[in-house]
Amino acid sequence: MASITLDQIRHAYNPNPVSDADYALREVDHEWVDGGAYALLGPSGCGKTTLLNIISGLLHPSHGRILFDGNDVTELSTQARNIAQVFQFPVIYDTMTVYDNLAFPLRNRKVPEAEVDRRVREMLDIIDLADWSKRKARGLTADQKQKISLGRGLVRNDVNAILFDEPLTVIDPHMKWVLRSQLKRLHKKFGFTMVYVTHDQTEALTFADKVVVMFEGQIVQIGTPAELFEKPRHTFVGYFIGSPGMNIMPVRLEGNAVLLGQERLDLVAAPSVNPADRLQVGIRPEFIRLGQSGLPVTVTRVEDIGRRKIVRAELQGQPIAAVVNEDTEIPTDAHVSFDPAGLNLYANSWRVEERA
Amino acid sequence: MNKTYNNKAWFFVLPVLLLVAFSAAIPLMTVVNYSVQDTFGNNEFFWAGTDWFDEILHSDRFWDALGRNLFFSFIILAIEIPLGIFIALNMPKKGIGVPVCLVLMALPLLIPWNVVGTIWQVFGRVDIGLLGRTLASLGIDYNYVRDPIDAWITVIVMDVWHWTSLVVLLCYAGLVSIPDAYYQAAKIDGASRWAVFRYIQLPKMKRVLLIAVLLRFMDSFMIYTEPFVVTGGGPGNSTTFLSIDLVKMAVGQFDLGPAAAMSIVYFLIILLLSWVFYTVMTSSDAEEGGRDDG
Repeated sequence: MASITLDQIRHAYNPNPVSDADYALREVDHEWVDGGAYALLGPSGCGKTTLLNIISGLLHPSHGRILFDGNDVTELSTQARNIAQVFQFPVIYDTMTVYDNLAFPLRNRKVPEAEVDRRVREMLDIIDLADWSKRKARGLTADQKQKISLGRGLVRNDVNAILFDEPLTVIDPHMKWVLRSQLKRLHKKFGFTMVYVTHDQTEALTFADKVVVMFEGQIVQIGTPAELFEKPRHTFVGYFIGSPGMNIMPVRLEGNAVLLGQERLDLVAAPSVNPADRLQVGIRPEFIRLGQSGLPVTVTRVEDIGRRKIVRAELQGQPIAAVVNEDTEIPTDAHVSFDPAGLNLYANSWRVEERA
Repeated sequence: MNKTYNNKAWFFVLPVLLLVAFSAAIPLMTVVNYSVQDTFGNNEFFWAGTDWFDEILHSDRFWDALGRNLFFSFIILAIEIPLGIFIALNMPKKGIGVPVCLVLMALPLLIPWNVVGTIWQVFGRVDIGLLGRTLASLGIDYNYVRDPIDAWITVIVMDVWHWTSLVVLLCYAGLVSIPDAYYQAAKIDGASRWAVFRYIQLPKMKRVLLIAVLLRFMDSFMIYTEPFVVTGGGPGNSTTFLSIDLVKMAVGQFDLGPAAAMSIVYFLIILLLSWVFYTVMTSSDAEEGGRDDG
């Protein structure tokens, strides 16, 4: 197991990149701590898989270095990096039995057969496929195949890290839960460094200690699920995480307050922003209270999502969403008030930090 | 739900029935007709029963030709299949090289068979052919008109030149359908080049390879035009395959009865072998398709 350092990684698929737009990865500088469980979250095409393939060595970055435990591995092959990777679609060797599939990476590395047998049997128990060991891998279900892919990574007990590239995409919803909890258990047991790519926020938030949110080839925020929820560093994080996403509204600054249309919102202190910056406030639907006082809104629609309701409304011409308990009365003359703890100010899409 | 019965439907099947009748059934019945009768012209026929079949099945000429056919098919499969796989594996997977290679590969397939024969007939001639002259000037005694082994080599090389592309194209189609993730996983698992071929590429090519073997076998078993143009079945009978023999017998000697009997035996052999191939292919498909739900 190892810590992984990404030192100013940039990557372009085009051999002669000129502008930032040519880069699939703009610049990534990050250290993944040994034994951590990270989720790499972002929309399709944001560079998640590119970053993952750079770590595993399937891609050579255009710029920058990768270090495992402080040793530069940028020039090392995938095999030499000793990484395990599980892909979106299960990769199995159809003509082999389940047992031989698991033994394959060990036999390729010339591990003595007695040791291969011991480890494969152990792994078969861990992934619950002991009864299937003599079966051809071809006839298995998608989740069993994915377990084999995972097992082939874990069977080498010396891997530096295990990378997952949206591994549960093709798995049935109820099996997703089973596999995810199995994976969490394995992570606790073996303590490997784990990087998990997904575009599913629930998966990322339930799975990882730290979530890395990527957007347009850059890491926009790294944080615990709570941090991403309460203090999104970028409007994209606010919008992408949460359901519905954060309400983001353009504002003008006036001293210690911002003007939202005709309405004034007081801030704790005057923020330090450049007057030319594009200012926005962001507030999550969960931090909006609906009542008789506050800012007047026009309710346009109410969606019942079970225990809670989503209220869609218009505030000064801007659409906003609020989440309220299911027994909340929606007043005819509705007003909203914002919980100051949930109010974030953004300048050019980046969060303006409070001064200490 | 009530089905509608309407006998007019038969009317729409009629054109196909007529077409098949004229293109297959009637000619075949004519052949059957000839095979059990004897004729001396003048449209006079005498019942011969199974005599012609007896004669054919007891003639060395037939068994020799059949043996040559099977040997020829075996040789060209043994060369074209591995060579085709090898070329397909080494073809570029992307970039400008792909269309260039595909066109180059398709070229021999586009040339009419008798033209292929003529090309090689001229190419191999000792007096004016590029190949024949070159070999002669190198001191190699090569003459496909005189030497049976040289004739065989010429016919085999010609077939390999003509048809290996088909195997290449089929294998290539199988190879490009393999997702990148397989190669990436193999890299991560530390698989050698051979292991990648054995456990990823070969299994994925299995189906197209079966088709390639079937097509090449049937085609080579029916070979006629190219050896007819190059060697005319000679020297002696050394390159006389079943089809050439059949034409000699029917058109050359006008022995319609034995030729018809031979046609039927030939037809039954091809039918039998095609059935064997078909059974093998569909059973391997069923094994793969029936249990694969992932």
